[in-house]
Amino acid sequence: MSEPLLSVVRASVAYGNVEAVRSVSLDVGQNEIVTIIGANGAGKTTLLNAIIGIQRLKGGLTFGSRDLTTLEIEDRVATGLCLVPEHRELFGAMPVEDNLRLGGFRIKAAQSAATLEKVFALFPRLKERRRQLAGTLSGGEQQMLAMGRALMGHPRLLMLDEPSLGLAPRIAADIFRTVAELKRSGVSILLVEQNARAALQVADRAYVMELGEFILDGPADEVAADPRVAASYLGV
Amino acid sequence: MDTTILLFLLQDGITNGAIYALLGLALVLVFAVTRVILIPQGEFVTFGALTYATLAAGKLPGTVWLAVLMGAIAFAFDLWSMRLSFRLAPLLRSVVLNLLLPLAILALTSAVVGPTNAIAMNVLLSLVIVAPLGPFLYRIVYQPMAEASVLTLLIASVGAHFALLGLGLVFFGAEGLRGPALSSASVTLGPVPISGQALAVYGVTTGLIVALWLFFGYTLYGKALRATAVNRIGARLAGIRTSLSGQLAFLLAAIIGAVSGILIVPITTIYYDTGFLIGLKGFVAAIIGGLVSYPLTALAAILVGCVEAFSSFYASNYKEAIVFTLLLPVLILRSLAAPAVEEEHD
Repeated sequence: MSEPLLSVVRASVAYGNVEAVRSVSLDVGQNEIVTIIGANGAGKTTLLNAIIGIQRLKGGLTFGSRDLTTLEIEDRVATGLCLVPEHRELFGAMPVEDNLRLGGFRIKAAQSAATLEKVFALFPRLKERRRQLAGTLSGGEQQMLAMGRALMGHPRLLMLDEPSLGLAPRIAADIFRTVAELKRSGVSILLVEQNARAALQVADRAYVMELGEFILDGPADEVAADPRVAASYLGV
Repeated sequence: MDTTILLFLLQDGITNGAIYALLGLALVLVFAVTRVILIPQGEFVTFGALTYATLAAGKLPGTVWLAVLMGAIAFAFDLWSMRLSFRLAPLLRSVVLNLLLPLAILALTSAVVGPTNAIAMNVLLSLVIVAPLGPFLYRIVYQPMAEASVLTLLIASVGAHFALLGLGLVFFGAEGLRGPALSSASVTLGPVPISGQALAVYGVTTGLIVALWLFFGYTLYGKALRATAVNRIGARLAGIRTSLSGQLAFLLAAIIGAVSGILIVPITTIYYDTGFLIGLKGFVAAIIGGLVSYPLTALAAILVGCVEAFSSFYASNYKEAIVFTLLLPVLILRSLAAPAVEEEHD
């Protein structure tokens, strides 16, 4: 593997005195889908939030050879790192199209218009509902909108936090298909999921997180074949 | 009371109410975007009024120096926050906006100031002088503590109010000033003559509200401000800088404050501390609107203006007390309607 796109080195994240993430190291390569699986409360969301800058991270954090640790959230986003957060954080009182356009806030207007068409091609449902308020969308549509908004910012690495949470299985399958499609269009993905089976199917590599630490990592099929993973997360 | 007096009072009330509406809208805007209750809003009114009146008298207003001073402090803050991650582009931007811009305004004002200037020119100059004070104030006072609680931000607001009040006294002295009317025309509507100044107030207020509506409804920057108000984290994840939204909101507040000051200084004498009371009436309107509703705030402001006009006719000693008493039923209703809220934990 060449130089990794995102590299996290011995990173810890704490809430007050409680360490939620303890000295984890992680790489995401160019054009790679990496997933972090683990139970509720393992620290997966905390790690993603720390990578984007919502939480303070102690340790090393570089993205495309650039040190991120001193940058604000907005500056990290400007380097091509985007997060679709667990709670989606949409602009509920604003129409779908405005949500998307604001995702491309830093991008030049002409480019943004072209990206908007691509996002509409990826999620035709959003085009149908472009004038509807984001808050009135169904859960699956809101997830699509959150992903679409992040894509409007031209990410090189897209971090998805529990994209299938609370969605009907068929819609969740659509979301995972989109993730695979995004990889083909050249976006790297860091995917956090409780739905380990679906995540391991779509991912190239996987990390297994328990109580704030990685207990296992490797190619996705090897991780899926590990007896501990099979027992705890795949229910075989 | 006969109809003529009634109409006079109504006209008076609507004129003042329109100005309170502008201030109330600015307060709602600033609170929505930054969670700051902008007590110093009244100082922008004072600065706008006194800058305009001083320019009309052909003298250089002290606010140009205040802008240079605040710009220099804002620049120092920018330098300090850049110590960890230095980049050239933001530094140049900071030099231009914080150092060069106020100096350019100082040079421009010194060059053109004179007793024979056209009114429109003085209005424009006053706006250009006072507008940058808004973003500077945000940069110096609020941006370093943007994540603090609403209460902490309120305390900072009170501090900023007193600081600017003192600076107003330094730069303009304790004497009150009056400025020339924007228009000397007048029309008669039935038994009531309506002055050109009142017409100017209605026209400017309506124009500004429409402009704000267009800005928030149809421009990307306006939408970005709304987005920050709706969901701060969401906005940051979309790459919208909280500090940019804050400075933009304060820029609008300073412009609105200055416009209100310019509109009101031909009607009443403005002293260095008058703006506070005017701002507070906008605040009453904003509170009646729950600090969230723009249309409710505008309507409430007209109500505040009318109550003030009528109470100054019937019981002029108590007019301020009566206006502020309007708050009590609103607060009681709101506290009954809303379930008990825990003190916020952020």
